Amino acid sequence: MTWVSDHAGDIAALAWRHLLLAGIPLVLGLLIAIPIGWAASRRPRVATAIVTASGLLYTIPSLALFILMPLILGTKILDPVNVVAAMTVYTVALLVRTVVDGLRSVPDHVAQAATAMGYRPWRRLFAVELPLAVPVIAAGLRVAAVSNVSIVSVASLLGVSQLGDLLVDGYERNIPAELGAGILACLLLALALDVLIQVGARLLTPWRSAVRGAP
Amino acid sequence: MIRLEQVSKRYPDGTVAVDDLTLTAPTGKITVLVGPSGCGKTTSLRMINRMIEPTSGRILIDDQDTASRDANALRSGIGYVIQHAGLFPHRTIEHNVATVPLLLGWHKRKARERAREMLAVVGLDESMARRYPSQLSGGQQQRVGVARALAADPPVMLMDEPFSAVDPVVREQLQDEFLRLQAELGKTIVFVTHDIDEAIRLGDQVAVLRVGGKLAQVAEPAYLLAHPADDFVADFVGKDRGYRALGFVDGQVRVHDEPTVRLGASADEARAVTRDPWLLVVDEARMPQGWVEPERLTAPIEAATLALGGTLARQGGPLRNALDSALSSPSRRGVVVDDDGRLVGTVRAAEVLQQIEAADRPEQRDDDGAAALLEQTGELPVVTGPPPAASEPRRDP
Repeated sequence: MTWVSDHAGDIAALAWRHLLLAGIPLVLGLLIAIPIGWAASRRPRVATAIVTASGLLYTIPSLALFILMPLILGTKILDPVNVVAAMTVYTVALLVRTVVDGLRSVPDHVAQAATAMGYRPWRRLFAVELPLAVPVIAAGLRVAAVSNVSIVSVASLLGVSQLGDLLVDGYERNIPAELGAGILACLLLALALDVLIQVGARLLTPWRSAVRGAP
Repeated sequence: MIRLEQVSKRYPDGTVAVDDLTLTAPTGKITVLVGPSGCGKTTSLRMINRMIEPTSGRILIDDQDTASRDANALRSGIGYVIQHAGLFPHRTIEHNVATVPLLLGWHKRKARERAREMLAVVGLDESMARRYPSQLSGGQQQRVGVARALAADPPVMLMDEPFSAVDPVVREQLQDEFLRLQAELGKTIVFVTHDIDEAIRLGDQVAVLRVGGKLAQVAEPAYLLAHPADDFVADFVGKDRGYRALGFVDGQVRVHDEPTVRLGASADEARAVTRDPWLLVVDEARMPQGWVEPERLTAPIEAATLALGGTLARQGGPLRNALDSALSSPSRRGVVVDDDGRLVGTVRAAEVLQQIEAADRPEQRDDDGAAALLEQTGELPVVTGPPPAASEPRRDP
């Protein structure tokens, strides 16, 4: 425990970086996945292809993707942007399917009614479909958040520091307390993101709690 | 006025949903499209607001071709009500009703005021305004659906089986209120249903479609019941169409005085009133409560011990109700009430029948395919004009 208290400042700084490296791609990935998922959900055949292709992206080993990014983006190998970009790719891979599922979860008669009221497709997406897809999208986002927190630690092998550093350093120098602190901090971070998403989803869907309070 | 001119919808796989449909929905009237499933009635409805584009033909609203208008602008100018109401689950009732005004760019406050107003119009309490759709019953949701469609005061309303998903009692209530509303608002309405009873009840004009999207007949309900154009229509309007047609015949049937007894009267009091096996029980306000058999009474008359009466007929109302009230009454005397529900007297089935025989049937028109009917059913139609020339179903009202 002394190791942890001695290094509390370092751990907090690494945790913050970890949060940024995992969290920013989560937001970017969602923003990218929404239009892709929306376009896919409007054309069932395209949807299958896009969902399959985006799923395959997820099978690329993270280390390989981190190393490939400088070649694609023209960035330096140590640039954290590489990690953010690679993590965004993973997030998109996970969330496209989620967005498609979410939009499909909107009852057909509700979507039809929106069209019949005169909603244009984009406005309908933001005013009706996305709000109703929140529960499904939030569920996918929780998976993506936990997965991001876990994958980001690999970036330590490239020299982009975050909580993964504790694991690498703790292993190499055989400091069990450091290893334990690294694992625990990752878990806590994942848990915090998970709770954050759940709270956010609940705030965005007040009508769902109203169902339970129905007379 | 909505006019469909030779409108067809064919899908790439060869299915024909609507076949050469020509039909006019007059301004301020309810036009009902009715037919079995697969007759293209919903497709026809959705072509009017361009949710579905016709393959050929044109659709005019007040002489303007709908194809020449922006589809979304066209839709926000047309009220639309569907089965299950199609309310937005994530929006409060008030916000749901304000949807189209907000889309049209009204001020938020004005839209909200309008929404509250519309909720009152459809008979919903203000306390509902802040609830979510899932907190309302099916019937209430359907009212909200109607309020939402009316909110921007569109001249035209399209209604797709709006009352099919609620139970029969609520359905009848909604239908009544819908007719009351329409009497005030006078919208041009196209209403789709598979239920011929609903069609006859609500329609100023009923268009019967057959499978494959062909128009079989269009006429006002009484005429449709009296003179179905062919076998299909005759089958569809049902075996008891003769009886149903009485719903459109008003008549003054002789009303007899009926001895009554109040709720709470003793057995002896009841026996003193009449020697007939059945005695009618009324309340303080002379509203009929039910029938008792005085000879069998052992205790004062309570609401719980009444033999439920038959249906009630309104004085001067359709003969169908008068006849039904007589047939459904245990004493075979049909109870007639005034507009406030107070007892007027009773009618006898035999006398209702005399009235029926005296009443006029709607006259057969000469363009109505009477020859076809004779050919197919052997039934001799009443021809009042020159012999029919065409055996095709009428297309134009």
